[in-house]
Amino acid sequence: MSFYIAGTGMYVPERIVTNDELATMVDTNDEWIKQRVGISERRVSTNEWTSEMACKAALRALEDADCRPEDLDYIITASVSAEYVSPSTACMLQKLLGATCPALEINAACSAFLFLLETAAGLFARKKAKKILVVGAERLSGILDWNDRSTCIIFGDGAGAAVLSSEKDNYLDSVVTVAGGDDVIKIPHFTGCSPFFTKENDTPYIHMQGQETFKYAVNAICGDIVTILEQNHLTLDDISYIVPHQANKRIIDFAAKRLKTSEEKFYVNIERYGNTSSASVPIALDELNRSGKLKRGDYVILCAFGGGLANAACLLRW
Amino acid sequence: MLEKIKEILSTSLSIDADSITEDSNFQEDLGIDSLDIVELLMNVEEEFGVSIEPDPSIATVGDLIAKIQELKD
Repeated sequence: MSFYIAGTGMYVPERIVTNDELATMVDTNDEWIKQRVGISERRVSTNEWTSEMACKAALRALEDADCRPEDLDYIITASVSAEYVSPSTACMLQKLLGATCPALEINAACSAFLFLLETAAGLFARKKAKKILVVGAERLSGILDWNDRSTCIIFGDGAGAAVLSSEKDNYLDSVVTVAGGDDVIKIPHFTGCSPFFTKENDTPYIHMQGQETFKYAVNAICGDIVTILEQNHLTLDDISYIVPHQANKRIIDFAAKRLKTSEEKFYVNIERYGNTSSASVPIALDELNRSGKLKRGDYVILCAFGGGLANAACLLRW
Repeated sequence: MLEKIKEILSTSLSIDADSITEDSNFQEDLGIDSLDIVELLMNVEEEFGVSIEPDPSIATVGDLIAKIQELKD
């Protein structure tokens, strides 16, 4: 017993930051950013916390699924940029929605939405739930070093949500991998002010090694997609869409080339939102869902990779 | 090996093969950026069955050929 995606929703803040605006803040320009990462603009929160964006995306997913907050059996969220360490975004969201079910958070950085689905699948398998809300929400602008042109141009804010329902077994398979370590991508916590502690940490912003991330990401996407296709005796021709984590357009392009498939097979919206970490896959999935391009019964692959190093893919029947 | 590298550079990164020599500097002469270099190295890994991590000391086509030969020996 697994689930199907009964509804999707997304929310991005209104404030658009264009490449030209970034060029007034750091040494960069529109052409360079478009060519290097494929981003034209991103959204930045000016007055909403992560949980508030999560709530707006969740309400849209609930409406799409025709599900009320009180019908939910679990809320599972992910965020690396929440307003609190505790309460979790899940607990804040539960209150904002007026739900009463258990709520928990999972940290798997940019891959987290796939880990939420996998965790939810376990709860469905135990028959502990009929409806589960999963949300990835990020205010990454709050953990960016706005003086570092190599990272501040890449990320954006937003939230994506899905309502999962036990009525159909459409979560067909998954691949989940964690390599461990902080060498390639890390977001240090505030170290605190303990008079007893002697170690130092990097600044509490996103740190990323571009070349290593690129290589890891391409290998992760290609490896996970090939594995999940092989496990299910399918080929890429059987798949209607691949919804990848939107980290860098060039990662997706190179992965498509290596998989010998068309770039059109991948749903891409990074040019408008940048990399929104755990929110990127559900935002893209919601756009794809509402575009009418998916038909019930289609095979869809979601795949993501990021800090951890954690990567995953899953096969859905839409 | 130079011919094979030229072929990889021209097919994967659309660089004119005739403009490539062992002295060509990837960034300065061929105009390819740090992510293109990773793409090149990953294609080289596949072609020659070696494992090469991004390394600032691999700046020219000749540096890359020397690195591949060192790894294959």
